[in-house]
Amino acid sequence: MTRPDVSGTTPGPRTWRKPSFIANPVLRYGLWLVVLVYLIWAFGSLPFNWERIAEGLPRAARIFGSGFPPSFERGGLLLTGFKESFQIAILATLLGVALSIPFAVMAARNIAPLPIYLFGRAVIIVSRSFHPVIVAILFVAAVGFGPLAGVLTLTLYSIGFVGKLLAEEIEEIDWGQVEAMKATGAGYFSILVYAVFPQILPRQVGLSMYQLDSNLRASAVVGIVGAGGIGGTLMNAFGRYDYDFAFAILLIIIAVILVSEGISGWVRKKIW
Amino acid sequence: MLEISKLVKRYGNDEPVLQDLDLVVEGSSVVSIVGASGAGKSTMLRCINRLVEPTSGSIRLNGNELVKLRGAALRRARRKIGMVFQGFNLIDRLTVMENVLAGRLGYVSLYQAISRRYPREDIERAFTLMERVGIAHYANKRADELSGGERQRVGVVRALMQEPEILLADEPTASLDPRTSEQIMMLLQSLASELSLPVLINIHNVAQAKAYTERIVGLRHGKMIFDGAPSDFNKDALDAIYGGIEAPEEELAAEPDKAEPRVPHDET
Repeated sequence: MTRPDVSGTTPGPRTWRKPSFIANPVLRYGLWLVVLVYLIWAFGSLPFNWERIAEGLPRAARIFGSGFPPSFERGGLLLTGFKESFQIAILATLLGVALSIPFAVMAARNIAPLPIYLFGRAVIIVSRSFHPVIVAILFVAAVGFGPLAGVLTLTLYSIGFVGKLLAEEIEEIDWGQVEAMKATGAGYFSILVYAVFPQILPRQVGLSMYQLDSNLRASAVVGIVGAGGIGGTLMNAFGRYDYDFAFAILLIIIAVILVSEGISGWVRKKIW
Repeated sequence: MLEISKLVKRYGNDEPVLQDLDLVVEGSSVVSIVGASGAGKSTMLRCINRLVEPTSGSIRLNGNELVKLRGAALRRARRKIGMVFQGFNLIDRLTVMENVLAGRLGYVSLYQAISRRYPREDIERAFTLMERVGIAHYANKRADELSGGERQRVGVVRALMQEPEILLADEPTASLDPRTSEQIMMLLQSLASELSLPVLINIHNVAQAKAYTERIVGLRHGKMIFDGAPSDFNKDALDAIYGGIEAPEEELAAEPDKAEPRVPHDET
């Protein structure tokens, strides 16, 4: 490698260019080529049926057309559906958040012995590896149609999400407080209660609020595969070509999500 | 009485941090341990209450061997060893009273700890000690609302709540301003004589060590190289402990052949 001439013999203005993100030019242009080849191959080989798409567009327009104006006539049905969704979401959040604490403790490397750590991580990884819809299909098959399947699904979903983030929070606590409690001769669980939980409490409350929000959203989705709540009502409306009612449901879902997101954001900002 | 003999601590296969250290502390004396960063002061203190596992050697507190203890026996032994930390290590989100009562965690049941139903004597003792150091009016304040000096007082009271037989202080004044750190040193000194408690203090500030303690122990590279009264701690002792600590000088002196200057980026 030659060294730049620093003696100042070259006159004229000096120039500078931002160094490339990928320094090796072969790799840099090679990657672009790979992306290009992939796109050509993907569009060429995936079965896009353009005729079918062209046919479908007016149909989509018809569905949207008959959805307007949305009909709120069957308000009772709407209300029951949402009530069930709320029940599912809140119950699942409470259960999931409560259960996520022991699993988070197990899955935190700094406070759990290796075998327990591996078990805790395994539970969290398994409960995170499937989308709630897939889990809901399994639970509907196991415990039948209805809200119980929804509650179980979202509980598992909450354990995975809250447990993982909480475990990471535990791994980043100020260890000095743990040392201080150890030095008093405190036992393992006293140390947890005094030195660990107070440090993760704000995060825990924040995550619970976020999870309630997220479960509300997910409860509408898992309802579609038969796990109770507003999702089931929505699916039935589509099945009976009641597009105006379906659109009313969608509008309410959007409104509910907006409101809950606003509330949870406000609460998370308040507590620290 | 604390008897440390042949204490060795080695991290992995590195040079031992502590090499065959012997130290006896009798009665209620205040001992300061001085030495440069990395000399092993903190490791030695933490070996006593086993926050750090000694590699070999023996540590006896009032005749009780501490090095071999495990589980519940270790926790019972730790109750009798109070510790004060450089960073205070208070539970920030809990109240001052909860922090102080945490010093009793080795004595109360888990239910008592969680529900904060501590025995009446403990609460009485907490108030008495807090009044002694002047923080009783903060009992229901959150610990992180206090100033540095006040926080260290909470730390001291927490350690005293353990009814310790010895008090370890790991650089208790290093995070405090000069005036506050004088106050904390004075407090430790007077508490030691009031409670007839032996106190071991790791400290950087040699002037404070000489002013507030009865005995100075100097460590360097894990070996004790000074042990005596503050009046004997002269310039020579200071040089022996802190002098020539800059590593580059030592390297130059040890390997004169390699000492010729090289420009690092020429190697590329």
